[in-house]
Order: sequence, then structure tokens, then C-alpha cells
Amino acid sequence: MGTINVNGKELEVDEEGYLANINDWEPGVAEVMAKEDGLELTDEHWDIINFLRDYYEEYQIAPAVRVLTKAVGKKLGKDKGNSKYLYGLFPYGPGKQACRYAGLPKPTGCV
Amino acid sequence: MSDVKKFLYLNRRAPYGTIYAWESLEVVLIGAAFDQEVSLMFVDDGVFQLVKGSDTSELDMKNFMPTYRTLGDYGVRHLYVDKASLEARGLTQDDLIEVAWEDWETEEEVDNIVEIVDSGQAIGVFEESDVVFSF
Repeated sequence: MGTINVNGKELEVDEEGYLANINDWEPGVAEVMAKEDGLELTDEHWDIINFLRDYYEEYQIAPAVRVLTKAVGKKLGKDKGNSKYLYGLFPYGPGKQACRYAGLPKPTGCV
Repeated sequence: MSDVKKFLYLNRRAPYGTIYAWESLEVVLIGAAFDQEVSLMFVDDGVFQLVKGSDTSELDMKNFMPTYRTLGDYGVRHLYVDKASLEARGLTQDDLIEVAWEDWETEEEVDNIVEIVDSGQAIGVFEESDVVFSF
């Protein structure tokens, strides 16, 4: 297991870079991970990250990308509930990448 | 699609104490995410998996009860509960969680896909299924 440094704290991550302990999360985690990926987080990214955190809080899982797409469409509007928009924001895959930034485990069913 | 098979997941064990219920739920989520036609049936102590208000704070296990409520979002259409198993444990439908289902394209909605079936109906469900997984 490795660690990432967020605001002076060393946080454990698993071999794929997901936060080992969901309670370690703070917004700085997403900032640091995005920077490593060469991505600048905009309000649009944060909408999805916050959406995922709310979803996990309510259902205790990270949704599969198909479910994420539909749920985003329902909550944030149809123009955002499509893969093109979500992959535009998170080129490594909205499920994997956004969940990682949100401090969630890898979505169930993701390989 | 004619190659979509009907999968039935049979859950017979209490939710905590063994890993079966959680493993079953994970397999269901994976199968449903890949567009399989998925139904679940709860028999014997498996009916406890759907009883409202579980608290695992002293068990050192994640409380995955809230996750059952996403099954509708994953396109699962039926959660069948065996009537005799429920009655033998002094439970009724009021003790069970509700799971909503909605078709996001047609906006067709079902308020609760948890359905109590008698043994005759359960046999019908088995006969209609192409694949049955027992947990």
C-alpha cells in the first residue's frame, strides 16, 4: 500500500490508488489525485464527486457507471446524464476516476 | 435481446454472521450492471436480509441494508419473499424494506418491487428462470 500527501497528512491508498479509509477523505484528496492525473477540477467535476459521495452515504456502494449515468441525469439534468459528458470530465472513466477522487471504493462490477 | 438470460438469486441465509448475503448482493449488482434479467428470492433465514432497521454498529460488519434499495436502479424487477418463511419468523410485509423501481426512459414507476409469494408462485418463478444461484 502506498500513501498520498494531502495538506501535510499521509493517507493510505490501495494498489490502484483508491483511498484505503473512506473517513480519511477531504476535498484536498480529490485535488491531489486530480493533479497527479493532470486534471484541473471544475465545478462540473465537483458536482459529480459530491453526487457520488451522497450516493455512497445513502446506499453504501459506489454505483456502476450505467447506474451513475442515469442517476446523474435524474438529479443534475439530462444534459449531464450521458456518457459523453461524464467521460469528458473524467477521461479514465467516470465510475473509476470520479469514485477514486470521492474517496469511495472502486465501483462494484468494475474490472 | 433474445440472449438475455433470466437469473434468479436464491438467498437462504441470515444477513450477518456469514458472508453469503453480501456476496450474493455483490454478484447481483455485477450481473444486473451487465444487462442480465435479474430477480431475487428470499427463503428461510434469508428473509431477514430485507427486515428494516438493522444495526450492525456492534458487529464490525458494514451495514449493507441500504444497498438493497439500489436494486431498482440496477434494473432488478422482482424481489420475491417466501410467505411461509416470513410467517414462520413472525414477520409480515410491514417489517420489510421497500424497494422502488423506475424505468428512466419511459418513467414507468413501481413503488415497491418486494413481493410476497406462496410456494406455488415460487415454483413458477423457478420454472421461468434459466439460471438459479443459491447463496
